[in-house]
Amino acid sequence: MNGLLLAPILLPLAGGIVAMLGGRRGLAAERLVGAAATILLLPVAVALFAVADEGPIVSHAVGDWPAPYGIILVLDRLAAWMLLVTAIVATAAVLVAIGRSDGAGRHFHSLFQFQLLGVNGAFLTGDLFNLFVFFEVLLIASYALLSHGSRPERTQAAIRVAVLNLLGSTLFLVAIGCLYAAAGTLNLADLATRAATLPADRLGLWQAGGWLLIVVFALKAAVLPLGFWLPGAYGVTDGAVAALFSVLTKVGVVAIVRCCTLVFPGLDAGPVLWAAAIGTLTLGATGMLAARRLSTLAAHAVVLSVGLLLVSIAHFTRDSLAAATFYLAHGTFATAALFLVAMRVSAVRGGMGDALAEGPALRGRLALPAAFLLAAVAVAGLPPLGGFLAKLAILDAATGARGAAWTFAAVLAASLVSIVALARAGTTVFWKVGRGDDQAAEDPPSSPLAVAGTGLLLAVVVALALLAGPAFGRADLVAGQLLDREGYIRAVLGGRPGGGG
Amino acid sequence: MEGLVAVAIGVLVAAGVYLALRPRLFSVLLGITLLSYAVNLFLLAAGGLVVDAAPLTDRPGPYPDPLPQALVLTAIVISFGMTALVIVLTLRAMSERGHDRVDDGPDGGPA
Repeated sequence: MNGLLLAPILLPLAGGIVAMLGGRRGLAAERLVGAAATILLLPVAVALFAVADEGPIVSHAVGDWPAPYGIILVLDRLAAWMLLVTAIVATAAVLVAIGRSDGAGRHFHSLFQFQLLGVNGAFLTGDLFNLFVFFEVLLIASYALLSHGSRPERTQAAIRVAVLNLLGSTLFLVAIGCLYAAAGTLNLADLATRAATLPADRLGLWQAGGWLLIVVFALKAAVLPLGFWLPGAYGVTDGAVAALFSVLTKVGVVAIVRCCTLVFPGLDAGPVLWAAAIGTLTLGATGMLAARRLSTLAAHAVVLSVGLLLVSIAHFTRDSLAAATFYLAHGTFATAALFLVAMRVSAVRGGMGDALAEGPALRGRLALPAAFLLAAVAVAGLPPLGGFLAKLAILDAATGARGAAWTFAAVLAASLVSIVALARAGTTVFWKVGRGDDQAAEDPPSSPLAVAGTGLLLAVVVALALLAGPAFGRADLVAGQLLDREGYIRAVLGGRPGGGG
Repeated sequence: MEGLVAVAIGVLVAAGVYLALRPRLFSVLLGITLLSYAVNLFLLAAGGLVVDAAPLTDRPGPYPDPLPQALVLTAIVISFGMTALVIVLTLRAMSERGHDRVDDGPDGGPA
């Protein structure tokens, strides 16, 4: 029906293959393909955003096999929103990688494209098993990207993440088995229609499958009891890779939102998610305060942003989902920008890296501290940037909901702690500098592409604050569409009762 | 039949979880492999077990659900690829660190 839905999947697939073949002709050819495929994703994402903005959900049956049997891609407002966020972050990350670090290992650009293939597919798919397959694609690329640059601590981090996610994938398959045994289908819309008419003796199997799915997605999103792998992995990897990875946790969050609103509203996962989110928020803030390196601090900021998202999502009201949708975009841009700034700080301070300790003075640099200030204000959620508006909306939506006092206390305390942590990091790195040798021995020239990449992200953060009115309007429509289950089911199954089983 | 398959899955999961919690990466890998075997059997059983039936037929009569077979095929391929990748990562870590312990000791040596 609508072949454009395939573009965000086919474009990185082609880009990844061509980049791998082009890599034999040298890094320049690989870079050209990687950059072109990533930048082309931007107009595609904008076009799909425009399609979704018309209102109705668009679905595409690959190979014309009708739902619920065929492979279904579904473009709703949430998927379009996330595709656009991913395309922007990926463009910034690929520019910075070309400017600074893509030569440190082989096949960076093809891995980067396969990572995008998995992420975009996970946002678009309308089928639980295809979601599993796209998760595996993005994971297998992420293990290789995580160890990009061949340092022992990166290999170690990649193994830990790989083993943990292999266990997660096993649980994912068990969940799929439970749900298939209970309902006889794996199409999300079909699962949603059958949720209401399950025989009583299969209800236990259904609920077990649902909770297992939430556990698996919580592992990917790094929610509290399952999130301790994240700082150790994101904190040691290459900055451009970490910037792209700030989208990965959001894939888990979006999967939780999609499943809980569409398939398992009966599971009432809200209170559990809410409690876990408060814990995640606290852990992220504490970690930011305790971090000894700027990139570790940014990794804990990712944990904090996941906590903040879930605190809001767990209420499953239109206002709370809209606030979370807005913060999905802002938080991803802000943490990605902080990773990129940390990467540059690490490069200009010579052997010190990005350790939060007294280092060489950075004379004559104004752009770097300014970029840090902007990224820090965005991450901490201070006015005038969008993070402040998002927090305001999250707290506004939480007013009167269950546990509002706890939500207020946790969100405000975490904000304060993250401001303290970021302010301390900034003063240590940029002001508390040694008096003797005021410049690091080797001062790598700043690459214009890398500056453009970081600048793009910071510009988008500012633009999101300036256009907060229209952006919140779109986020509200995203939330409205998420809560309209019948609309999604109608768009996918076309009024036809689901067959199969 | 169901009981037998259930016991087999249970034994595989128990052995897999035990091995996955061992301190050496080699045992962890074996454990994950056993777990993926268990989950493949579980997926097959999820479609309902049918005895004495043709796998594909156009005649009336009992035939097994074809979808779990397709799922298991995909899952086998994916877990095969994943296992190969983790083995390569493990070998690289061994050559970089000189041991295959999951955790580094306090001084960077074996725990």
